[in-house]
Amino acid sequence: MALQQIDQFSAKLRPETRASVYDGSKKGHEKRTSVLFDHYPDPDHLRRLAGNIKQHVVENLDTLLPAAAAALERNGVKVHWASTAEEANAAVLAIMRARNATKMVKAKTMVSEETHLADYLGKNGVECVETDLGEFIIQIDGDHPSHIVKPIIHKNRRDIATSFEKNGLGAYNDDPQTITRRARAHLRKKYLEADVGLTGANFVTTDTGRLVLVTNEGNSRFCLAATPCHIAMVGIEKLLPRETDLGLYLNLLARSGTGQQLTVYTEFISGPRSATQPDGPEEMHVIFVDNGRTDALASDCREILRCIRCGACLNVCPVYRQASGHAYRSVYPGPVGAVLSPLLAGERFPELADLPKASSLCGACNEVCPVNIPIPDLLLRLRNRGKQEGSKAAAAGTPPMGAWSLLASQPFVWKTSLLAGNSLNYIPKSLIPVPPMQTWLRDRTLPAWRGGAFRKWLANRPTPPAAK
Amino acid sequence: MARQPPYPARRQITPPAPSFLLPAPMPSPRDTLLARVTSALAPLPKRAPLPNWDNELVIMRQARGPVDAWTFFAERLKAVNGTPLASTTDLVATLTQGGWKHGYCDPALWDELRPAFDAAGGFNVETTFDRARIDDYQFCITAATAGIAETGTLVLSDLDTSRRLAALSPWVHVAVLRRAQIHIDVPAAIAALPQDPNVIWCTGPSKTADVEGILIEGVHGPGIQIALLLG
Ligand code: SF4
Repeated sequence: MALQQIDQFSAKLRPETRASVYDGSKKGHEKRTSVLFDHYPDPDHLRRLAGNIKQHVVENLDTLLPAAAAALERNGVKVHWASTAEEANAAVLAIMRARNATKMVKAKTMVSEETHLADYLGKNGVECVETDLGEFIIQIDGDHPSHIVKPIIHKNRRDIATSFEKNGLGAYNDDPQTITRRARAHLRKKYLEADVGLTGANFVTTDTGRLVLVTNEGNSRFCLAATPCHIAMVGIEKLLPRETDLGLYLNLLARSGTGQQLTVYTEFISGPRSATQPDGPEEMHVIFVDNGRTDALASDCREILRCIRCGACLNVCPVYRQASGHAYRSVYPGPVGAVLSPLLAGERFPELADLPKASSLCGACNEVCPVNIPIPDLLLRLRNRGKQEGSKAAAAGTPPMGAWSLLASQPFVWKTSLLAGNSLNYIPKSLIPVPPMQTWLRDRTLPAWRGGAFRKWLANRPTPPAAK
Repeated sequence: MARQPPYPARRQITPPAPSFLLPAPMPSPRDTLLARVTSALAPLPKRAPLPNWDNELVIMRQARGPVDAWTFFAERLKAVNGTPLASTTDLVATLTQGGWKHGYCDPALWDELRPAFDAAGGFNVETTFDRARIDDYQFCITAATAGIAETGTLVLSDLDTSRRLAALSPWVHVAVLRRAQIHIDVPAAIAALPQDPNVIWCTGPSKTADVEGILIEGVHGPGIQIALLLG
């Protein structure tokens, strides 16, 4: 029987990569916990509240989306709608063509990773430069992000120094300070030359039509200070009902994601620059992107659309720490990815149906989630769906239960096999002659066999005192 | 909340011709997307309500009790590696010490700051910002719109900050803050968000931990973020 794909991947991981991912995520988790509990008496109350508000958003998107679009339009923003990745990319290109624009600087946005925007624009003659340090390194390496907040968590400084050298960014130097300064010098020129700056959005307020962006490096701010046109690709679930709700979410997001009280830059954008301001976009576009989200909305896992992409569930997850982000074969790794990726995959659901099984259901992801998503419950619902749809990927690594159910349905056979099982204590586990058990036992241990012990206890137990 | 119709009004003004004579109108991308949302939600028997909540909830323990706004602000700004300064003399001394002598100053602030710079001597401060020479400016001084004490945050906006680039591209950014502009906590600052197309909160110097989780400051923006208290 085949191993689960995630196990196969993680078995081949370089030890350095495993160490980078493990240390990085563990550090992130520890910072989150200390900051959140140091600052607030009852952070769990905040998580539940934030979850309830977002659940309201998710279940009322039919009214909130048109309202948000209207608010943005009132602010002078041009609103576009894209049901698929292709439509979203085409909308970006159309805006660029209309402006004769050929150069884009791009901040980190997960939606654009979903749609493979950079590749698409490259093929259509647009230079698209990633400006987040991590994403920039990913781009020059032709790699993929492995964490939604820390995209290069899987790389160490030597990997990065090597790719800088290969890409003509100076002689080999693995000092993080030098690496950062070189990127700073290289990217400033790109901002100033660019025609368009592209960002995502962390939140969009429905009542006032403000787009909120949080970053630490200042790259998205540079995109919006140096270019004359701003395009934002926004997943349809990013709405908040009221501007005042930002007080709750901003406080939770940074603390959950990076253990900061706020990220360095929190930008509130409600339209093109003001007439008195010499820097910044004179034109602003928002593209609302579906790309599978309405499938998730129609499913029994719609709670996942509350996600604010903080990355806390990745950091705390024992499976993510061992397997790293690339093992999840999709844009969103970790617990959130195990739910979201198969849902967003549409018809390709069966291919990713093994992801919901890559979890011990320990519940840590639910406990850290700033919007209290019951990830373990959602994983179970998706496991069920994978089984119903007969996905091969979902079946990998699962011992067939047919033999067991045969035994369990016949009392005499069952009793005999319980006693016979005692022999297992005397032969090495590696010799158990059932191949599926072998795969299962590779990463797990079995307790000593005590077949029949419970029945014996039950028969001989002292009679309980009669209930009054 | 009042439910709005799932389709925009313009759908209803199709010409009153028998529909079989007309080609089916192509739904717009907006209609297509919203129709998918509507049908995904249709089976829900009821929708989750919108809870109200109290700002009190998200005020940090540390911000409770009586605090002097500037003292608290300065303490929190230091916690994120920012530099609070309470006089122009301190500013000039800090710039001199760092060897940062060439800079830009918002013309509206220059009269107020100039005496201290003149007294120290040796500075070259421009009051226009030339985007072709952004790397010439070692420091830039612009006006802040507000501050947030509990987080050590400087609030900048399009209407008050003379140039977005000047507040971002130099190694040293100095934001001029007035005591009366300081909000104590984040909810207060949200409630007072200016009516401005662009507001940005800056909390300490630009930073990254992308490389092995090691903190590096001054990634794309300032490596030194100064808040200068004036009046
Ligand atoms: S599921 Fe929750 S913890 Fe995970 S990234 Fe989303 S918001 Fe953060």
